[in-house]
Amino acid sequence: MLSLRGVRKAYSGVEVLHGIDFEAHGGEVVAIAGANGAGKSTLIKILCGAVARDAGTIAVDGREVALGSPAAAAALGIRTVHQELTLVPQLSVTENVLLGDLPKRGGLVDWPAAHERTRALLSRTGFTGVDPRTPAKRLSVARQQMVEIAKAMASEPRMLILDEPSAVLAGDDLDQLFALIRSLRADGVLVLYVSHRLDEVMEIADRITVIKDGLIAATSTPRETNEEEIVRQMAGRRLEQIYPDRREKPGRELLGTTGLTREGAFEEVSLSVCAGEVVGVFGLVGSGRTELAECLFAAAPHDAGEIRLAGRAVRLRSPKEAIAQGLAFVTEDRKGSGLVLDLSVRDNAALATLPRWRRHGLLDRKRQQAAIEDMNERLDVRPRTTSKPVKQLSGGNQQKVVLAKWLLSRPKVLILDEPTRGVDVAARVDLYREIDQLTRAGLGVLMISSDLTEVIGATDRVLVMHEGRLVADVPSAEADEELLLAHSIGVAA
Amino acid sequence: MIVQRLRDDRSLLINGSFVVAFVVLLIVAATTTDSFMTDDNITNLMKQSVTTGLLALGMLMVILTGGIDLSVGSVVALAGIMAAGLSADLPIPLAMAIGVAAGVACGFVNGMLVARFRLAPFVVTLAALTTIRGLAYVYSETPVTPTDIGFLWIGTESIGPFPVATLIVVAVFALAWVFLTRTGAGRAIIAIGGNREAVRLAGVNVPRHILVTYMISGFLAGLAGVILASRVGIAQPSVGVAFELNAIAACVIGGASLAGGRGSVLGTLGGVVLLALIDNLLTLYDVQSYWQQVLKGLIIVAVVLARRTEDER
Repeated sequence: MLSLRGVRKAYSGVEVLHGIDFEAHGGEVVAIAGANGAGKSTLIKILCGAVARDAGTIAVDGREVALGSPAAAAALGIRTVHQELTLVPQLSVTENVLLGDLPKRGGLVDWPAAHERTRALLSRTGFTGVDPRTPAKRLSVARQQMVEIAKAMASEPRMLILDEPSAVLAGDDLDQLFALIRSLRADGVLVLYVSHRLDEVMEIADRITVIKDGLIAATSTPRETNEEEIVRQMAGRRLEQIYPDRREKPGRELLGTTGLTREGAFEEVSLSVCAGEVVGVFGLVGSGRTELAECLFAAAPHDAGEIRLAGRAVRLRSPKEAIAQGLAFVTEDRKGSGLVLDLSVRDNAALATLPRWRRHGLLDRKRQQAAIEDMNERLDVRPRTTSKPVKQLSGGNQQKVVLAKWLLSRPKVLILDEPTRGVDVAARVDLYREIDQLTRAGLGVLMISSDLTEVIGATDRVLVMHEGRLVADVPSAEADEELLLAHSIGVAA
Repeated sequence: MIVQRLRDDRSLLINGSFVVAFVVLLIVAATTTDSFMTDDNITNLMKQSVTTGLLALGMLMVILTGGIDLSVGSVVALAGIMAAGLSADLPIPLAMAIGVAAGVACGFVNGMLVARFRLAPFVVTLAALTTIRGLAYVYSETPVTPTDIGFLWIGTESIGPFPVATLIVVAVFALAWVFLTRTGAGRAIIAIGGNREAVRLAGVNVPRHILVTYMISGFLAGLAGVILASRVGIAQPSVGVAFELNAIAACVIGGASLAGGRGSVLGTLGGVVLLALIDNLLTLYDVQSYWQQVLKGLIIVAVVLARRTEDER
């Protein structure tokens, strides 16, 4: 059904796709894996008509197609659910899903029919519990992603591209998505599934295609291969060990809470993070974990309970005060609240420490530059040039810039919310190593994650949240994925 | 290497088509008219750029944060008429300082409403536009003519070949450039327009920085009003209508994004000079004033279009 021959693409003279040959058929689920910068997002952009290829042919049903615009791709039945959400926040779910195609009666929009159609689409995708009349902005990121998927389904696609759907969907939601993918496959739809998460890929895909350095490195079925093999193909080297060995003895408490409550988000949360300790927080989307992190960092107020820093009860009123007390917060939404995309790496890295670079009222750019270069060296941020706009960096390197920003503030406690979302395996290993190093020097880390292997592998202890409450506190060495998952959905014995 | 650095450095948003438009205009001006290159005309050009220049610079600060200040034209009138009126009883520098301070006060109120109460900048400053204009008329319904000749110094005198007012503008632009590129507050202001939440979470007091931009805009509008009254020798409550539009146009021509986060002092300076050049040329060519407005509008669209195509590459 879909066939690519010698597809090439260069950006400002640098070729990122060196001739991709690829074939896929209706009723097939093909996973596309590759490290950041391997060229998989460029390939997706070409397939959905967002960018034009420089050379090569693309054929759909044996007929060569131009794919000059997203509209041209849509006309061929190719729909894409992008990693970045594209909903209009003020509009209702219905308007978003049926954008440009609202049912009309007598020249006016037939709202009851529109909502009905949206409801049907949502239930076809398996995502119930979303009211079609809600404005998109009131939905959580996971719910918004579901609406995106329903929107793609609205036009009965023949080929569906899912770009990192599990970046925001977890647990039940992801199972729903997999059920939908299987039913699409049964209907003869071609599904291209792009993901970093190899366990998912192994579970859902009929074939796994690995892209490396702009070429197809390997294609295999899940039966023929395994996760280590894929990682090796993606990285070109065997990653001996993704997670560092942790054998730290925690010191005294750095950050603690008693009965911390924010109405509607979480209740009675009592936790403690000690020096040298990495504490994981696992929970499904909507379990209150992000809200908890925001309250700890004073980015949002809490309603009751106590926060302690180094044993003393504190009342922080703003992130500014939290930073002054040695807290740092890597948010889950890198683009929305982590980085100023138009600004340079330097400006972004310096943002949390602006007062420190002041000399005679002006920024001491030499000292600033030296400190940032040191940090970028240590974290292996690529490219090293600090004047590049941060939006030109890959996801993994962007995340390193966020981390650099916070490490420059010399934190005592680092709060990480989904630190490896959209980050390739190699950069993840770097991040875990860095965290390991920092905790050896006495830092305390609270790591929120919906990646089960990560939340067990990279931590010393895992807290599980379920509907706003802490329901379990398990040493990582004794934790297993099933147990955590059971706690998180409230079915553990 | 240097070129690469200049290209990477977003503080220099002067790009190809802009320079071309500029040079072409200059050559056309110098070769096709007798009067363009005369001292009188150049001096005139510099003086005419003063008001737009000061207003555009203040506007740039506000636009960088993602805001807008529509009230600057009215502030020009209020500051001018207060300075002229008070100069009858007070020493001239003090009277002028009070006029400028009135501008800062206007900016403070705008800034508080936008930053602390989170009202929309467009609405707040639109309301301020009419309120402050009304205050100017309340202060004096009729034009005020300062009697002391000293009042005219700042707007009309020159030091060497340069008008005092132009020197002030140059100094203010230099200070603004240093502020935006070399101070923490300046970098924070640009960052706020790019991603307010990221800046807040980085521990920057966002409302305070936004407040400062409106106060700078008020200050510069006040200064522009005082200098204008001084140059004309008379302060009118009706002066400055639609001045905010020229200021916004200069920023946009200079590469500023009305969504915030993008824009530069040098680009804005280029925008100011380009606008003044266009006005000046059309007058020299004796184009009827209504056609001047039409042409100016079209030229602005052309420049911004050319700029956008280039930025997208």
